[in-house]
Amino acid sequence: MITKFQVAYKNLLRKRVRSLLTLIGIALSAWVLVSLLGFNQGYETSLNKDIDNMGFQLMIMAKGCPYEAATMMLKGGTGLKYMKESIMDDVAKEPEVEKTTPILMAAVFDPNKGESGGVAGYFGIEPKSFIEMKPFLKFRQGGWFTEENGYEAVMGYEAAELEQREVGDMILIPEKNVQFKVVGILSRTGTQDDGTIFVPLKTAQKVFGKPDEITTLGIKVKKGIDSTRFEDKMYQLPDVQVVSLAQVKQTIMQLISTAKVMVLSIALIAILIAMVGVINTILMSVHERFQEIGILKTIGAMPGDIFKLIWIETLMLCAIGGVLGIGLALILSKVTGVVIRYLLPYSPSGGLVLIDLKLILFTLAAVLCIGLLSGLYPAWKAGRIRPLEAIRSEIG
Amino acid sequence: MNQNMISIEAENLTKVYLRGSEEIPAVNDVSLRIKKGDFISIIGPSGSGKTTLINLLGCLDNPTSGELCLAGRSIFNKGRRLSERELTKIRREIYGYIFQSFYLIPTLTVMENVTLPLTFYRKPDTENEAVKLLKLLGMEHRKDHLPGQISGGEMQRVAIARAMVNRPEILLADEPTGNLDTKRSAEIVQVLQELNRNAQLTIVMVTHNQGLARCANRMFEMKDGKICQIAGKP
Repeated sequence: MITKFQVAYKNLLRKRVRSLLTLIGIALSAWVLVSLLGFNQGYETSLNKDIDNMGFQLMIMAKGCPYEAATMMLKGGTGLKYMKESIMDDVAKEPEVEKTTPILMAAVFDPNKGESGGVAGYFGIEPKSFIEMKPFLKFRQGGWFTEENGYEAVMGYEAAELEQREVGDMILIPEKNVQFKVVGILSRTGTQDDGTIFVPLKTAQKVFGKPDEITTLGIKVKKGIDSTRFEDKMYQLPDVQVVSLAQVKQTIMQLISTAKVMVLSIALIAILIAMVGVINTILMSVHERFQEIGILKTIGAMPGDIFKLIWIETLMLCAIGGVLGIGLALILSKVTGVVIRYLLPYSPSGGLVLIDLKLILFTLAAVLCIGLLSGLYPAWKAGRIRPLEAIRSEIG
Repeated sequence: MNQNMISIEAENLTKVYLRGSEEIPAVNDVSLRIKKGDFISIIGPSGSGKTTLINLLGCLDNPTSGELCLAGRSIFNKGRRLSERELTKIRREIYGYIFQSFYLIPTLTVMENVTLPLTFYRKPDTENEAVKLLKLLGMEHRKDHLPGQISGGEMQRVAIARAMVNRPEILLADEPTGNLDTKRSAEIVQVLQELNRNAQLTIVMVTHNQGLARCANRMFEMKDGKICQIAGKP
């Protein structure tokens, strides 16, 4: 005995091109849906990871100082403001503080960098406290500095790659005429650390002429501390700004929220188009089989049977299209990531499109729901075909 | 007569169609009694109402007035109208239908077409019915063919098997040979005669073809919505 599934399946094969086109429509919309939702959660996950990888939740800097490397580079290393190193002791006294690490940022124009010269970012750091903040840093080659005030440098992955540096090479800070020996090269972190050259804080202070001064104090607060209240407290210190990473994140998220609204609208439109396509296909197929459906009723099919038959057809189209679309999204997620990265003003470094099982199941369920909804009207219409009307055309 | 011996009993069956404000009685006060195992044919010109009559007898349509009993069950009486669901339920228990255009599903094989009614409704002990019927109708070797791959006569045999697969009590044949040549037509009517004799199947056949109509036990003629017997035992 033949089942309703087989009947529905065989009917879809009848008009192969039409079924295929509908299938492609559904697959494309499922692809768009899963990719965009994947982007939605991927972007945030990557951003969070980026921010966690900074290792500290708060930074204190002198008022008006650019607070991250990119801005500093853009300004060509000018506009940096400095604080006394002693501020560290004041902050460390606060009960909420778990760890602090001082940083002296500096940017140096290097005429040999790139084609027309470029700015190299230097971070003077205190290896001990810095490593504690970022235990996840790994070395591709070599290791940390051996002396607190030696002329040694650790290069971020991209910085080393760009200049083709190996451990043991000497790098020159042109303006200062000082040479550093490369002792370590970090593995890729996917953060701004990749483009940075790290040197010991004390040496940096000497070389850049800022004794006992720092630009940034990274702070890690103890677990369970209300960071907003702590921020307010830090603002009591004279002439400082407090930058929380939550704030940074929020700024970025706001920046892309318009883009997100846009992509979700696109997804919605894609789904609507697919839905209309499905309804059209099934309605046409019902219309073409007007007599056939009437005959099914004379041979014993109830209106409900016909309804089911047509509904199954819709569901099959949507299920197959959905699976195809999700597969497409999985295969092309890297490409999607690249395209989105190109379109957005700022993107974190990790994977931008995160498609997990939950999202896959959600999309599949969504596509099936769309199928069920789209099939409703054609199926209902088919169920109402009266056998007499269907065969009347023939008998006189 | 014993009620169990009567397949179809129609009493003053009337169907009026409205064309504009004009009332057209397509079937006008028809009374008819068909015994179990009888084979009747109805002839008549186009527009004589024979198709409307067979639709009423076959529960494809509600009559305007009159009564109808099928296999001892009262179907239409006192102007009660049946819903599509109720009509379907009666049809699938009592009737098998064959039509001029066969109406096989082109995407399904011969075997699948024959077993299709069982997908929707299944009487007990019908497991091997399809195989038996295809063998009986000489179509066993074609069971995996698609309708497009077989001849018209063969298609009608498949349609007959499909109509018979749920062991109906009555077979309604509406111009079953309308699309066939003389030789194939004669063969189909012969098949119907055999089913009638061997399976005690009641058959009501509508046809244009007087010669074929004569193969039935009784022959009726429809004219202007009225019916009268013109041949066979009363």
